Amino acid sequence: MKRIYMDNNATTAVRPAVLEAMLPFYKEQFGNPSSIHWAGKSVSSAVDGARAQVAALINCQPEEIIFTSCGSEGDALAIKGSAEFLRDKGNHIITTAVEHPAVLNCCKYLEKQGFEVTVLAVDGEGMIDLAELEAAICERTILISAMWGNNETGTLFPVAEIGAIARKHKVRFHTDAVQAVGRVPVDVRASEVDLLTISGHKFGAPKGVGALYVRKGMGLTPLFHGGHQERNKRAGTHNVPGIVGLGVACKLAAADLAVQEGRIRALRDRLEQGILSSIPEVQVNGHRQQRLPNTLNISFAYIEGEAILLFLDMKGVAASSGSACMSDSFGQSHVIGAMGVDAMMANSNIRFGLGLDNTEEDVDFVLEILPEIIQKLRDMSPFYSERAAS
Amino acid sequence: MYSDKVIDHFTNPRNVGVIIDADGIGEKVSSSCGDRMKVFLKVVDGVIEDLKFQTYGCGAAIASSSMMSELVIGKTLDEAQALTNDAVAEALDGLPDPKLHCSNLAADALHDAIKNYQGEGA
Repeated sequence: MKRIYMDNNATTAVRPAVLEAMLPFYKEQFGNPSSIHWAGKSVSSAVDGARAQVAALINCQPEEIIFTSCGSEGDALAIKGSAEFLRDKGNHIITTAVEHPAVLNCCKYLEKQGFEVTVLAVDGEGMIDLAELEAAICERTILISAMWGNNETGTLFPVAEIGAIARKHKVRFHTDAVQAVGRVPVDVRASEVDLLTISGHKFGAPKGVGALYVRKGMGLTPLFHGGHQERNKRAGTHNVPGIVGLGVACKLAAADLAVQEGRIRALRDRLEQGILSSIPEVQVNGHRQQRLPNTLNISFAYIEGEAILLFLDMKGVAASSGSACMSDSFGQSHVIGAMGVDAMMANSNIRFGLGLDNTEEDVDFVLEILPEIIQKLRDMSPFYSERAAS
Repeated sequence: MYSDKVIDHFTNPRNVGVIIDADGIGEKVSSSCGDRMKVFLKVVDGVIEDLKFQTYGCGAAIASSSMMSELVIGKTLDEAQALTNDAVAEALDGLPDPKLHCSNLAADALHDAIKNYQGEGA
């Protein structure tokens, strides 16, 4: 059976050139970059090289990049690190209802520590209202955290406009760009972003490495207190192979992003149009235009999402329903819920996250098997027969 | 994550459908996940001669519905009344912990249908 992977918002395969570049750093180049001897020096320059590659992809200076272990760490360092650092300036944080749990749960934690959090609502397409954002800013506001692209629906926030508002009111602006970097152009200068989270495994680097862009002059209280690594902002011996891999993934993305963005968008649109024209009573969740090019979140009336996923999996197709992090609980997705999607539609949402390896044949295969899966489940559903009878 | 039996019953569910002139109809909606099951009974001389179901829900809910139907067709109402949600899950060689509540629909919907039949008959 052919295996088709369409869950690239959960994670991606490591790109072959990335793995190739990493391997020497497990073998002969094993040194600690903090050491002054021969074993450390060559490794240290590899870390510097990777830092420059990451910086080039998002248009910042290499010294504005801090290497981390993952997206959650980047979000936590940005949010908790800013909150603590700026505590005597204010205690108010603004975020949005559709952020990743890595952001929302940091904010919840800070609420318990005495911070006040405003959570902005979103509309039916998952978009925030900029006037509402600006109105929420008060003199105690120290941080705005709003994501670049949503992991579940792909909806893209107007980051440059949020940045302009933040700058106007002299409020620090963090964006979780874990789903955006490597998929759409990201420019921290043009968008006036102060802090930006990157996760390697979302675009062809391995799991266990990420980065946080920290605009020059932004103080942060570290999460880990220890050695002097990463300009005293992130203690811990560098994950050299991972960092090298992240650098190469950024270099590859800088080279082929424009081409891949268009190619993957065409595949996603083919999938979306194909489903809309072959299966009745479906609904696309997320913004129709302002959306990550690889993401399709779609709901099928009268049936439940996990059952659809199981049938897709039996045919070799990997997709997801809601956020992959929730797969144990199958509680309603907080993102879809915040968009006001009707409970039954919310319960059947399927997320296709296309990636570099997907082809037109993959899309056509999904289009071939999906109508039958949906009909089989609808034929079992009491809601479907009641609707047909009425 | 699911046993072979769950996958078998999910992929090829037994006794899906409705009984137009059912003797008893029951229903159960899960308060936690919104899954919903409807059960239709045909009863002859105190024995469940036929049972059909419709289920809206995940793989575990559909497989539990199907397994429940196999367990009680041909059984007396008293025997069916004694069927527990746990027994359905056990007959499926178990369910992952977060999915146990999905199997709780099947026996409850069955008991609701029996109640409906007995209420009608009384």
